[in-house]
Amino acid sequence: MRELTYAEAVREALRLEMRRDPSVFILGEDVGKFGGCFGVTGDLWQEFGEDRVRDTPISETAIIGAAVGAAATGMRPVPEIMFCDFLTVCMDQLVNQAAKMRYMFGGKAKIPMVVRAPVGGGISAAAQHSQSLEAWFTHVPGLKVVMPSTPADAKGLLIASIRDDNPVMFFEHKLLYPVKGEVPEGEYVVPLGKADVKREGSDVTVVATSLMVMKALEAAEKLAAEGVSVEVVDPRTLVPLDEETILASVKKTGRVVIAHEAVTRSGFGAEIAAIIAEKALDYLDAPIKRVGAKPAPVPFAGVLEKYVLPGTDDIVAAVKEII
Amino acid sequence: MEKEKLIWMYRQMVRIRQFETKVSELFAQGRIPGFVHLYIGEEATAVGACANLRQDDFITSTHRGHGHCLAKGGDMKLMMAELFGKETGYCKGKGGSMHIADVDMGILGANGIVGGGLSIAPGAGLSAKLRGTDQVTVCFFGDGASNQTTFHEGLNLASIWKLPVIFICENNQYGISLHQSKHQRIADVADRAVAYGIPGVVVDGNDVMAVYEAVAEAVKRARAGEGPTLIEAKTYRWRGHFEGDPTVYRSEKEVQEWKERCPIARFKKHLLEMGILSEADIEKIDAEVAEEVEAAVRFAEESPLPKPEEALEDVYA
Repeated sequence: MRELTYAEAVREALRLEMRRDPSVFILGEDVGKFGGCFGVTGDLWQEFGEDRVRDTPISETAIIGAAVGAAATGMRPVPEIMFCDFLTVCMDQLVNQAAKMRYMFGGKAKIPMVVRAPVGGGISAAAQHSQSLEAWFTHVPGLKVVMPSTPADAKGLLIASIRDDNPVMFFEHKLLYPVKGEVPEGEYVVPLGKADVKREGSDVTVVATSLMVMKALEAAEKLAAEGVSVEVVDPRTLVPLDEETILASVKKTGRVVIAHEAVTRSGFGAEIAAIIAEKALDYLDAPIKRVGAKPAPVPFAGVLEKYVLPGTDDIVAAVKEII
Repeated sequence: MEKEKLIWMYRQMVRIRQFETKVSELFAQGRIPGFVHLYIGEEATAVGACANLRQDDFITSTHRGHGHCLAKGGDMKLMMAELFGKETGYCKGKGGSMHIADVDMGILGANGIVGGGLSIAPGAGLSAKLRGTDQVTVCFFGDGASNQTTFHEGLNLASIWKLPVIFICENNQYGISLHQSKHQRIADVADRAVAYGIPGVVVDGNDVMAVYEAVAEAVKRARAGEGPTLIEAKTYRWRGHFEGDPTVYRSEKEVQEWKERCPIARFKKHLLEMGILSEADIEKIDAEVAEEVEAAVRFAEESPLPKPEEALEDVYA
């Protein structure tokens, strides 16, 4: 199968959906001729023009507000927020408006929009350009939250998200953008709410999201050399969450490490841990372990950033603590 | 203007006044839960604006939204049932006063966030533009909302993209308890239009014909693809910010002065002088509206409550 980078896979999904459905359009900062801050929208502007690949002022409130208004009146906007950190300046439009309009209106509206935003650190972008804020949005009924870890998932999940009639938060890890992988051509849809077992194993389950899936696979390789068999489960979508696949894996291995790049405290791992404790406690042979960022803003200097953010070695260490 | 339209406008203003007066009574009796923000005194603005709109045009409204909803064609029965928290209400009891919406009538919702509609309205305008229709969107907001981020970002976006949006600031003098003179340095919110390179117009918000004419011009401009207009309607809310507000921040004299400028009494006088309506016609309209309001209350009272478990429906499409 042909290979694409994660960024190319996102762009292909956008291109296919924009060709298929004239109501799909992109808006965001520097998404047009400039091609997007991380180059994701690339040359879409050439094919679809400036009306449908729409450069906006640096006004996140207006971007998301406009997306909400357009979605409520028959369009399928795909706004890009340059860094997920900037979602903090349009929280009202996401949390009070997009997420709740359908419900508040008694089910008589639909808000089909996909907010794409890069998450994550690792590039010395410091505290306001490196966060992983996905857990905030999982706390808000009415939003869906998607976090692909591979190019194929990025394509398939984005197509599913654009076709979904709800507001979807679509988080792309900026270190994944150049990562290559096999991506099916043409129509390829990965349904929301379906986890994927990225590696089968029998001793320990590692539930990992986004970039941490890659790290978990690296950890699994290292541990395999030491005779430990690790199963890596990628939920792919946090809302809706495929509890069944996670619980089935935990019941099989009896041990679980949950890994995400977001700060451990009140991160989405806490929710997964609680679900496992409520529904599969009797199957556990060891305490649930969590791997995430230490409780500090993401620092600038590489040596500091590396200390705060979790890596492959942290997953290896967490696994070793419970086997 | 045709006679029928003038009479329609008068009737809409009376409907809003009587609906709100009834809501005030029902709230005081404890028959409506939550909190309500009434539009009494501002009727000319909603009616003068909406008299220019088609059913397929859009509005975004505010926490003080009953008047906008009625003027844009909202169903009084469904509104009242929603205020009672009944299953037959506009939102099946899930929204209440601050979230009444009727997307089919172009009513994109009241809004509990001050300035909320200012970010959404440009999106409805953009949608019309991308779909190639000549629909316009009227965005109602208050003087208080003119200090929100959404005001600046919304007007800026609408101006650069020449979106068919009419921004109507209902300047009722107060942002909750704070007088306009204490929340902004300017006397006219319309002055801010200069910053966006769009027309800024001040009108007497208690003069329904003045509002109608200003909005007509703005709608014409919007439908022609010439972009947004900022209209400031100077008006006053007779009631407090919310029902139960002790209004310690304003004088009784001030309230009385504004009541003397009642938009309905003024329009009535105009219609009588023009011979459009007779005293008997006026009485008939008042009585018909009173019966409509009573019927809405009966409908609301007789409607069932939602089932508790319905609280979990409509979260997702």
